[in-house]
Amino acid sequence: MLIMFLLLLVGSVSFVIFYLMHRTIHFFVFQRGHPAVHRDFGTRPQKVMVILGSGGHTAEALCLLERMDPEKYDPVVFVLAETDTTSEAKVRATNRKSLTEIKLLKIPRSREVRQSWLSTAWTTFYAIIYAFPVVYREKPNMILCNGPGTCIPVCLVAWFFTVIGYHRSILTFVESICRVKSLSLSGKILYFIADIFFVQYEGLSKKYPRSVFLGRLV
Amino acid sequence: MAPENQKTAFATVGTTSFDALVDQLISKDFLQTLHEQDYQRLVIQYGRGITEPQSRIVHGVEVRAYRYKPSIREDLENADLVIGHAGAGSVLETLTLNKRLLVVVNETLMDNHQAELAEEFASQGFLHWTTVSKLPTVFPALDWRNIKKYQPGKPELFAQYIDDFFGI
Repeated sequence: MLIMFLLLLVGSVSFVIFYLMHRTIHFFVFQRGHPAVHRDFGTRPQKVMVILGSGGHTAEALCLLERMDPEKYDPVVFVLAETDTTSEAKVRATNRKSLTEIKLLKIPRSREVRQSWLSTAWTTFYAIIYAFPVVYREKPNMILCNGPGTCIPVCLVAWFFTVIGYHRSILTFVESICRVKSLSLSGKILYFIADIFFVQYEGLSKKYPRSVFLGRLV
Repeated sequence: MAPENQKTAFATVGTTSFDALVDQLISKDFLQTLHEQDYQRLVIQYGRGITEPQSRIVHGVEVRAYRYKPSIREDLENADLVIGHAGAGSVLETLTLNKRLLVVVNETLMDNHQAELAEEFASQGFLHWTTVSKLPTVFPALDWRNIKKYQPGKPELFAQYIDDFFGI
């Protein structure tokens, strides 16, 4: 009886592991950077999730969002850290048209400035748990982020949903304008899973061949 | 802009604290230098700092200070010179308004990649930058004549790329 149970357990665990491996390989080979393969995206307006963050991230993200056609990208929801007190006012002052109702979703911060790496692991885990229901409920077609700490949990969860085939989100990462010579930590992590990865300086684009360089964007 | 002899300097530290800069700005020597450069007002946004500058007039320079405002736009617009930290937000906002910008880099911050932006933009001729310790000597000698007009980035290229990607 016990042996039967153990066999069943080992069997199901390895099935899950192999399935996830298969889906992960599938993502890197067929999905990353290719939106049209599964015809997930019609010509309807795409739902966008923008991740905000103090220290210039919000201003940069809004600058990019303002140029995205409201007829093609709608609705827009915003994710920000619970302790972020400055981003909300900036969102409310944005020039983007057709942003009648502003939806702000708050999750715990995954890393404070100067926080130690060990405790960062714990707070990031905690933030990932909080990000699950947010991404699950919103199901964005595209996530726009430029490197605030909050983008890591959200993007990892969205990537997980893409890999298991539950919901495909296009991850768009725009490395912050302050990053002239090296990528941010968020950038280094998301470089592997982002569908589109922008850098704003030519030197960086040479170091990272997957990146897109169109000059300075903001 | 105000007449030549009534210039306003606006210092901003953003959402963090930068006491070393604020202390330097409200020192008598620096206010004297401002006065010599025909500045009549100094407005300081000092964020989370411990130093709370008092409103007063020193060497003919009127000092005013506050922690935060929902928007510093008005103060930027009224300023003839902006003394800023290296935060991208305030750097871009100031340059977009075509204001003279002196970025003071916080040397005490670990992993201070923000200095990269100031350095890069200074090499492109959009602004001047310095450190807190060098501020008193650098400030009076700054040459603003060869500062170039800021070239804003092109977010429309980003939007175009995303449109093409989605095919919409």
